[in-house]
Amino acid sequence: MSSATMPQPAAGEWRDSKRYLWLFSIAVMGLPLLGYGLYQQTGWSIFWWYGPIFVYGVIPIFDWLVGTDTNNPPESEVQALVADRYYRWAVYLAVPLQFFTFVWGSWMAVNGGLLWHQWLGLMISVGGVSGVSINTAHELGHKTDNFERWLARIALAPVAYGHFYVEHNRGHHVRVATPADPASARFGESFYRFLPRTVFGSVKSAWEIEKQRLARSGAGPWTWQNDNLQAWAMTVVLFAGMIYWLGWLALPFMIGQAIYGFSLLEAVNYLEHYGLCRQQGLDGRYERCQPHHSWNSNNTVTNIFLYHLQRHSDHHANPTRSYQALRHFKDCPQLPSGYAGMILLAYIPPLWFRVMDPKVVSHHGGDMRRANIRPDLRDEVIAKYAAAA
Amino acid sequence: MRKWRCLICDFEYDEAKGMPEEGIEPGTTWDDIPDTWTCPDCGAAKTDFQMVEAA
Repeated sequence: MSSATMPQPAAGEWRDSKRYLWLFSIAVMGLPLLGYGLYQQTGWSIFWWYGPIFVYGVIPIFDWLVGTDTNNPPESEVQALVADRYYRWAVYLAVPLQFFTFVWGSWMAVNGGLLWHQWLGLMISVGGVSGVSINTAHELGHKTDNFERWLARIALAPVAYGHFYVEHNRGHHVRVATPADPASARFGESFYRFLPRTVFGSVKSAWEIEKQRLARSGAGPWTWQNDNLQAWAMTVVLFAGMIYWLGWLALPFMIGQAIYGFSLLEAVNYLEHYGLCRQQGLDGRYERCQPHHSWNSNNTVTNIFLYHLQRHSDHHANPTRSYQALRHFKDCPQLPSGYAGMILLAYIPPLWFRVMDPKVVSHHGGDMRRANIRPDLRDEVIAKYAAAA
Repeated sequence: MRKWRCLICDFEYDEAKGMPEEGIEPGTTWDDIPDTWTCPDCGAAKTDFQMVEAA
């Protein structure tokens, strides 16, 4: 190394303190199995609900106890850190465990002789795993490696959200923090208003994006070259195989867990860009996405389970950068807690608005013309805060 | 003249056309674009582009 003689204090001494903690994001895929084990030991039905207990209870509590971590890897270490294959395996291995949980859960739902509330708890728990799997697919789907891109689509099969792969890269990353993006929440928009808009809007957008891409090479949308059709077909084949094996009773379970799973992902989408907006230039073009167009959090525990997704500003600036190398940026919008806690808040709109609206207003310095606002509230909101300023 | 495509969003930079609206003259080669330049559509870094056509 030519730099060996140069004084570089950080190089060689820096260690990734999260290195082995990333393995938890594999383990989280087995939570419903752990819940089942605890149920076997105790006989307490509550453990069928271990998934939501973990996401809504255990993670926010540990986020609060453990606190935040703003450490960034020194620039001199980034290349080695990114090249270390260990970190990729810590993502790959989540996928087989996720599938095992899905298959096991579906079997148990049909053959376990469960009471209705146990069935429901299992469905939500397995759905939670499917929701987290969209985050796994997200980490994989941004890579340029063909194997990773395929694995991303496979991971999306149980949650029936294969179009996410198309929509997220070529839709969301282009239109993020603009009124045109279905997955960017608007000021004054509750989670329940946002959810149908983003779910249907994303499907529509993904379809259009692929249609346009195929049209460039003279093809129509109804071809196997269509990434959406490929990804949806995986879900159809998977669900059909499960029904062939377990019977029709598996279907409501699989559909229910998928709906809960993608709702969980959309709750994360909801809080990532709430109210933030890129400004339009005179030519109508939006300014580039910058660090202040995403909400961030450095809560260690949620970051471990979501592959640093909360370092969201760096992710939009460097979408192919691997999770272990994502950085905390100073002076970018910070959420008051980790994503897990913020999801709970999003479920209760009056509380959400009370906590987040003042943050959005102060971020824009009271000039709400610069915010992404629910269209029917826009004039009212701008006038209200202009008067207060 | 070559074309470069953003690996995230498929935006294409065509060296022949440049991007006059951004002050990049037609004929500007990829190497002459500053490293701080980012994808005009999705904001991805210059390193997230790949050459797609060398004509």
